[in-house]
Amino acid sequence: MLGCVRGDRRLFSDLNFSLRPGELMQLTGLNGSGKTSLLRMICGLLAPAEGQILWQGGNIRSLGEEYFLSITYIGHRNGVKDELTAMENLRVASGLGGVEVSRAQAADVLDKMGLAGRETLPARLLSEGQRRRVALARLMVCTTALWLLDEVLTSLDTAAVTLVKRVIEEHLSNGGMAIIATHQELNLSAGSFQRLELAS
Amino acid sequence: MLRWVVWRDLILAWRRRADVLSTLFFFVIVVSLFPLGIGPETQLLRSIAPGVVWVAALLASMLSLGRLFANDHQDGTLEQMLLTPQPVYLIVLGKVFAQWLVSEVPLVLIAPLLGVQFGLSQDTLLVLFASLLIGTPILSLIGSIGAALTLGLRGGGVLISLLVLPLYIPVLIFGAGAVDASIIGTSPLANVELLAAFLVVTLVFAPWATSAGLRISLE
Repeated sequence: MLGCVRGDRRLFSDLNFSLRPGELMQLTGLNGSGKTSLLRMICGLLAPAEGQILWQGGNIRSLGEEYFLSITYIGHRNGVKDELTAMENLRVASGLGGVEVSRAQAADVLDKMGLAGRETLPARLLSEGQRRRVALARLMVCTTALWLLDEVLTSLDTAAVTLVKRVIEEHLSNGGMAIIATHQELNLSAGSFQRLELAS
Repeated sequence: MLRWVVWRDLILAWRRRADVLSTLFFFVIVVSLFPLGIGPETQLLRSIAPGVVWVAALLASMLSLGRLFANDHQDGTLEQMLLTPQPVYLIVLGKVFAQWLVSEVPLVLIAPLLGVQFGLSQDTLLVLFASLLIGTPILSLIGSIGAALTLGLRGGGVLISLLVLPLYIPVLIFGAGAVDASIIGTSPLANVELLAAFLVVTLVFAPWATSAGLRISLE
């Protein structure tokens, strides 16, 4: 039973769900219905006003770093540094997450994300969609089990959306889990699917 | 993994050199204004030198504190760092270390040169250098608490000063005290040792308080 209060407004309450390996949950709901708050709660940035979030039976608030080892969160602020190049952004972000990525490996992943030839440009020279691709490139190198993605498909072109969906499908078929807040229809061919609509 | 934090912040500082240089120039100019304003009264200059240099160092460190977390907060990299599988304590330590290297070490290195304007002797310049070398990490560490607590607030810069400057007072007293002692010819060792003890205490507690502050600010 999860509840969220922001300011003096109750965003949602009595929320209850679970996710098993290979499952995808899509979060929908009106603007301001608490999708981002719920995701931030699940990744541990926000403390639930009531209830608790369990990871393999343990409360995430007490698991701490052990839990962060299993999640990747990409919010609508991309977490891409303007001054760093696409390559540096990817390597630093993964390095901090505990995955060492070599230059060759990073170049390969960025190439797959359609950023070939732009690896050494500072991120501030990239378009919004390209910056998002840099952020999402992390998904292709990370080894985490649970992906929390907040409106990641916005400002991506159709080719990139297809690519990201394929990456998510692969993740799910390898027994991974994902919670995605998006208004776009995902229509993935792998994994089982559930939808959670937050009513305001 | 700590090296990724430090490496990243050093590269970022290099790509924004103007910010770093402005802190250094601020320090140099503030310290140089006093001899120009007071005139060539060696005795007076010599006696105010420790206080002037130390106060300028405190103020200069305030300039760089606002940047410690604010930029990372804006583009979302700070929350990414809090979600990495390593203690936030270490991340804070890495960031503060990088900030100290970039913003404080240049001040420490140039301070003896500025001390010459005040007619300080060679021994005193050495004490000034040593006291700043031990004292400035304390400024960065304590400052990081203020930077974390005022994260995302409008007018955070002024608030940081109000929060942090009072906490700097012991550093100022012992730091300037060491240089004073050397000027009047007594041993500065007691002051320097107290400063070192203070550094050890802040090294243990400040990153911990800063991580708690960051968690609160990001909720």
